[in-house]
Amino acid sequence: MKETLTFNGQTVTVEADGNTPLLWIIRDSVGLKGTKYGCGIGMCGACTVHVDGRAIRSCVTPLSAVRGAKITTIEGLDPEGQHPLQKAWIATQAPQCGYCQSGQIMQAATLLKDFPHVNDQDIDNVMNGNLCRCMAYVRIRKAIKLAAMELLQNA
Amino acid sequence: MFRRLSTVFLAAALIAVVGLYLVSSHRAIAPVTFLGVRAFPDEQIVRGSVLAGAANCAICHTSKSGQLFAGGVPFNTKFGIVYSTNITPDSITGIGEWSEAAFARALREGIARDGSQLFPAFPFDHFTKVNDEDVKALYAFIMTQRPLSRAREPNQLAFPFNIRALQVGWKWLFFRPGVYQADITQTAQWNRGAYLAEGLGHCSACHTPRNSFGAESVSVKYNGATIEGWFAPALNASNSAPVPWSSNELYSYLRNGGTVMHGSAAGVMSDVIHNGLVKLSDEDLHAIANYFAAINGSSHATTESIETISALNITSATNVPATDPGAQIYRAACASCHYNRGVLHIERPELTLNNALNAPSANNFIQVVLHGIGREEGLPELMMPGYADVFSDLEIAELAAYLRRSRTAQPAWSGLEAAVASIRTKEDGT
Repeated sequence: MKETLTFNGQTVTVEADGNTPLLWIIRDSVGLKGTKYGCGIGMCGACTVHVDGRAIRSCVTPLSAVRGAKITTIEGLDPEGQHPLQKAWIATQAPQCGYCQSGQIMQAATLLKDFPHVNDQDIDNVMNGNLCRCMAYVRIRKAIKLAAMELLQNA
Repeated sequence: MFRRLSTVFLAAALIAVVGLYLVSSHRAIAPVTFLGVRAFPDEQIVRGSVLAGAANCAICHTSKSGQLFAGGVPFNTKFGIVYSTNITPDSITGIGEWSEAAFARALREGIARDGSQLFPAFPFDHFTKVNDEDVKALYAFIMTQRPLSRAREPNQLAFPFNIRALQVGWKWLFFRPGVYQADITQTAQWNRGAYLAEGLGHCSACHTPRNSFGAESVSVKYNGATIEGWFAPALNASNSAPVPWSSNELYSYLRNGGTVMHGSAAGVMSDVIHNGLVKLSDEDLHAIANYFAAINGSSHATTESIETISALNITSATNVPATDPGAQIYRAACASCHYNRGVLHIERPELTLNNALNAPSANNFIQVVLHGIGREEGLPELMMPGYADVFSDLEIAELAAYLRRSRTAQPAWSGLEAAVASIRTKEDGT
């Protein structure tokens, strides 16, 4: 099927089977490599992107389910790469190997949108599906809280 | 003796069949030549398109890969498979030769132009209530659609259910013809809602259980029914949603495809909303909502609001014992989107309030976990991926059992694993 979607503000027409996971459309058809393949079954969160502004696992989302959607990947979260979460990630030196971080950041962006006054319980529940094999969870939590503070100050 | 008896019996059977044939044989109505678009005033065609939306003609008469109104959708009844027909104005394969009288007779009496009986998979038992003016407008709309050539799919009905003449008996037992008569004890709005819901809308065709003859069981009207692997929930007071379906909630569900208090529409109901009811005016949708609020008794309940529900301080935080596999699945796959604290977000469907999770049947829950909800379904621009390729039957069963236990006050579902397996393997065929 031929589908027209928006990737980070740019309209792109892709031709692929309707069952193709959005992840492969993003990486192979559009060529945005910041979104990572982890488990392929929606259990690790590495492939998290935004569909119409909400975090979803792109590896289990078929093209047919996102007709006409606005997709945002880590490359488009902020045009300058200066989203408060990205700044906080650097400030806290959150990543170790870094493979999970684009998924972590995209999921955290939705978390902070829904829960601007984020607490540990919110982080535990919403971020639980985003795994980090380096066990950087302590720094990830710190980064999310730091970004939340900046977002609240600017609000 | 035996021979004589069987002769008598055979003779009686023969007389019955011939008699039935005679009673059932209706006059064919003379064919008309294709009328063309100019035969109808624009205003009438536009009105017809709204009514066709109310009746959801397109959903049953358009197959998944097929063209609009060209038919071919299979209906798995307990008597076999009935396929919907081509209702485009194609003279050979469609209804291009049908005069308005033939169209009206089919709608209201269930008899085709050639005089043969239609099967009640076509809801003429509801369309009989449609008034003259609306029949005319529907006819104008249908006859001005693009004629498409698509031959009818032969039905796969077992003997004797494939004998159309037997429908005479069915009609005698279950069919009461007649245009909708207003109930003067009710308001104009109530009557408008009843006219739309009981007539064109044919809501009870899915939401009422059917008896062993395939007719709606009047005694349990709107009690909810299993249909094509889904559960069409009760529309009366027996609905098990934790928040009452008030008129406002019903309206907002039918207009938007979901509400924060009840969750998202999915499956056929999502089509009904986004491809059918979308044509209806706010006024008509309010009338339908008001009618069902009267039926389910919520019209007497106080209006709920997001604030009052939030006051319940819903929080779906989980302190999960590591030994509960369903809870582990929930935390890994579901909580990132379904967790709530404080004020409810419509983008975070709250499972405590979810209709599917509170329903007597697990079907809808299983369907949505397996197949997800596309961004064009349910609430617009909100999607959920399907997990058919991710979780085994047992895992989905464990997830369902865990959520049912921890989020609702309803009794446990039984036979979950088998239900998942059955829904997973069911070919929807369209």
